[in-house]
Amino acid sequence: MKGIKFILAGILFGIVMAKSEAISWYRIQEMFRFQSFHMYGIIGTAVVIGLITVYLIKKFKLKDIQGDQIIFHDKDKSWKRYLIGGLIFGLGWALTGACPGPMFVNIGYGYWSMGIVVLGALIGTYLYGIWKTKLPH
Amino acid sequence: MLEILKQPWPWFASGIAIAFIMILLLIFGKSFGFSSNLRTLCTLAGAGKRNAFFNFDWKTQKWNLLFLLGSVIGGVIAATLLKSEAPVDLSQATINDLAKLNITFDGQLNPSQIFGYEFISSPKGIIILLFGGVLVGFGSRYAGGCTSGHAISGLSNLQLPSLIAVIGFFAGGLMMTHFLLPLLF
Repeated sequence: MKGIKFILAGILFGIVMAKSEAISWYRIQEMFRFQSFHMYGIIGTAVVIGLITVYLIKKFKLKDIQGDQIIFHDKDKSWKRYLIGGLIFGLGWALTGACPGPMFVNIGYGYWSMGIVVLGALIGTYLYGIWKTKLPH
Repeated sequence: MLEILKQPWPWFASGIAIAFIMILLLIFGKSFGFSSNLRTLCTLAGAGKRNAFFNFDWKTQKWNLLFLLGSVIGGVIAATLLKSEAPVDLSQATINDLAKLNITFDGQLNPSQIFGYEFISSPKGIIILLFGGVLVGFGSRYAGGCTSGHAISGLSNLQLPSLIAVIGFFAGGLMMTHFLLPLLF
């Protein structure tokens, strides 16, 4: 079972997101109203540790468990898709209080109605697929 | 130990854990990004036959689907074994602001007024949740990632595109929170 480690990582992710209330609609509202440090603390801490680790992985050319060097892919240089796509994402994030990960954690938590949001997200992903070539990137 | 884990986790513990998960996936030879799963699920539903964007070997993303499965199980564990009886420690200012929108803070993670049976069985409720989901799904694929892929993985790797995306996330979130929610609720 090579896959079990990914399930375990996912379980940890789900517990962390739920126990730190990052899956809470209220917490997302609080963040977008700048009324608490909580969400900024979560994201900020993760990014600071991430920055240091990625720097060290690159500097020491560390390898993954398959023995391959860990490589980082640069994102395509552009701004339109990131700004417009990001804006649309943000509108949905503040409305539903959930980004893609927390949607699923919420379903596990017992918020079945998040299934409607997931269905919407699948439709949205599909719409992107069919309109992709017509959109500015 | 279990009693400590049952309490709501402080932000730094959560931040450290999220960074740990990102690093763990790097060590496994993968890259942390959750919204890719939405594309894979479309492919599993057969979208690849109709559209080239979904025509890829979903097995290359099997690990991420397992991660998704784990995250659902994690939610179940948090709601049962690690359930906290304490209400969400939401700031009073947010409680007051939401009251102006007629959304009552009930101490739960999500307001029953939006995720409860009554609202989701109304046309307005279904449309709001479905449309909100469409925005998240469309936006994350258009931007090439969501909070995990851009805000965590991308910023950690000093990617300018990710910074632009995160600025977009916030611009959209602020617009929704301050201009559109008062019109919707």
